[in-house]
Amino acid sequence: MNPLTGYLLVAALLFAIGLAGALTRRNAILVLIGIELMLNAANLNLIAFWRYGPHPEALTGMMFAIFSIAVAAAEAAVGLGLVISIHRHAHTTDLDAMNRMKG
Amino acid sequence: MIDKLDQVFVLLTQWVVGFLPAFLQPVAVVVIAVAAILVTFPGLFAICVLLERKGLGRMQNRIGPNRVGPFGLLQPVADGLKSLTKEDLVPLSADAAVHFLAPVFLVVVVFMGYAVLPVGRNMTLVNMDAGLLFYFAMGASTELSVFMAGWSSRNKYSLLGAMRAVAQMISYEVPLLMSSVAVVMITGSLSLNAIVDAQNVYTWGLPHWYIFTPWGFAGFVMFATAATAETNRSPFDLPEGESELVAGYFTEYSGFKFAEFFLGEYVGMLSISGLGATLFLGGWSAPLQVLGFVPSWIWFFGKVMLSMCVFIWLRGTLPRLRQDQLMNFAWKFVLPFTMLNLFVAAAWRFMGDGWLRWVVCSAVLVIAYVVMGRVGMRRKHFGPRSYRYAE
Amino acid sequence: MNFAFYLISGLAVAGALAAVLLKNTVHCALALTVAFAGIAMLFLQLGAQFAGFAQILVYIGAVAILVVFAILLTRGSETPRDGVYSKFPLTGLAIAAAVFAVLGWAVLNSASALPGAETTSAAPTVTVMDIGNALMSRYVLPLEIVALLLTAALIGAVIVAMHEKEEAN
Repeated sequence: MNPLTGYLLVAALLFAIGLAGALTRRNAILVLIGIELMLNAANLNLIAFWRYGPHPEALTGMMFAIFSIAVAAAEAAVGLGLVISIHRHAHTTDLDAMNRMKG
Repeated sequence: MIDKLDQVFVLLTQWVVGFLPAFLQPVAVVVIAVAAILVTFPGLFAICVLLERKGLGRMQNRIGPNRVGPFGLLQPVADGLKSLTKEDLVPLSADAAVHFLAPVFLVVVVFMGYAVLPVGRNMTLVNMDAGLLFYFAMGASTELSVFMAGWSSRNKYSLLGAMRAVAQMISYEVPLLMSSVAVVMITGSLSLNAIVDAQNVYTWGLPHWYIFTPWGFAGFVMFATAATAETNRSPFDLPEGESELVAGYFTEYSGFKFAEFFLGEYVGMLSISGLGATLFLGGWSAPLQVLGFVPSWIWFFGKVMLSMCVFIWLRGTLPRLRQDQLMNFAWKFVLPFTMLNLFVAAAWRFMGDGWLRWVVCSAVLVIAYVVMGRVGMRRKHFGPRSYRYAE
Repeated sequence: MNFAFYLISGLAVAGALAAVLLKNTVHCALALTVAFAGIAMLFLQLGAQFAGFAQILVYIGAVAILVVFAILLTRGSETPRDGVYSKFPLTGLAIAAAVFAVLGWAVLNSASALPGAETTSAAPTVTVMDIGNALMSRYVLPLEIVALLLTAALIGAVIVAMHEKEEAN
């Protein structure tokens, strides 16, 4: 098995674990944790392809991963701000309890 | 002969490693260097603890500890023995795993920062291309250990102290990085070795240390302020304020774990003094070219100990800042000033040599200091008292 | 595939599993930090030094702390009344397993088209100067857009999470 396959499988596994977490947990923050894991798995994929693909000196994969890290940080900030704001309104972060459109 | 004294540790390492087979030699060099760091800096920690207690004592018009050994010189030994033999109390409802891991994590992360500091000529453990980024990555991880300590104790006051400490450390992280970015911009490299090499140049016998430039001086002052806040030292030590929160986030720690926190705090101070010396004070370079015969590592440790003395002096002199005053200061004054400093450094670079750039840069910085001080630190006008209850 | 790769991947996967399986929310956040550290070490193994240190600085130094603060501000450390898993956890698990199966099948089937282990070149030496040059020449538009995005996210997060003034009294 060549190294690239190993890294891609690890990234796929992390993505699946993040997806499972985002789909099965009740707390909104744990869903966000799952999403962060998925983003990290995608970053790992990008860097692995940068390293083992053609033209690593063009830095495309690394740049993509760096921008992805920045955007993920921004998304985490806004998402957690939203969770805090919802908690202030509904006094719970349980996603299953927020099943009405009316507040 | 002078050269040999300067490189004595490197030559010693090479001599010792020469006895080993070839495939073990790279590993052995690293192991010896790591062991040297693990011995030197805790040794400096012991000296600093004694220096602090005696120094603070003298500033407060009393003698510090003087019972153990002549003039109290063996006090660190007594302190160490006391910490090691005290009972290790873990509260019943505390989260045992996280409670144990918090000081361990802190000590590990703080020692990692030393890997990139250039202690002397050719004496960096790992010569990384992105050395400064590595250092700040390790510094950012210390905040997590503070939070772990506060939360795992299941103590309202520890948690409060931990939240305050983390908020303070995050707020002052940005000015710390921004004041270093000005240095990186002028040097053109993130590698700490390259930064020291750029400052090791002499004109008329005087060195080109960045602190001797207007933007470097402002940057150094901002860096020192942010460093004092990052390590939770007075006047920014409300999170561990002894008169307010018992001991803040490490209230529930005793014995060896408390000693680990103490070690982590002082070793962190030494580490950030080392970084400040590297970035602004020329690292291991001598102040005057004629003094170049003194070994480089002596200059580095001298600058680090001088910074520690300044930290201790600040602790003994300035009153503690309140949490909101501290955060106000960070976001409304220090951060805009570091951003302006970045512009001034760029202007310095592009104006070329001459007296004009000195005048312009100094004038801009002084005027900005006065104006921003008046505008950013205005006292809030308090209206009629309103109550807001915690939710 | 050296031993270090297996060790670090094991650490990252264990951290990720702990982050989605543990009951206590704060433990989940700390396990997430371990997963981030594992992924950063994998970046370093691949020779992407800047990305690895940026991962530690941004994710462990900022995102993990943000998650932990959010947990504390929403009282997530109290155990919930109805359990920690949602109503149909098995469906979620099945979907995740299916996604992993598809991705794994795609990776393993295309293994013959990828460069083999003997033809892989040495890690490209990327200096920070190269990254800086690339950011200023080829990637300057994404850089400016990310700057705008971060400013918008900063202001947006502050406004969304701010206390509304009329609730104060």
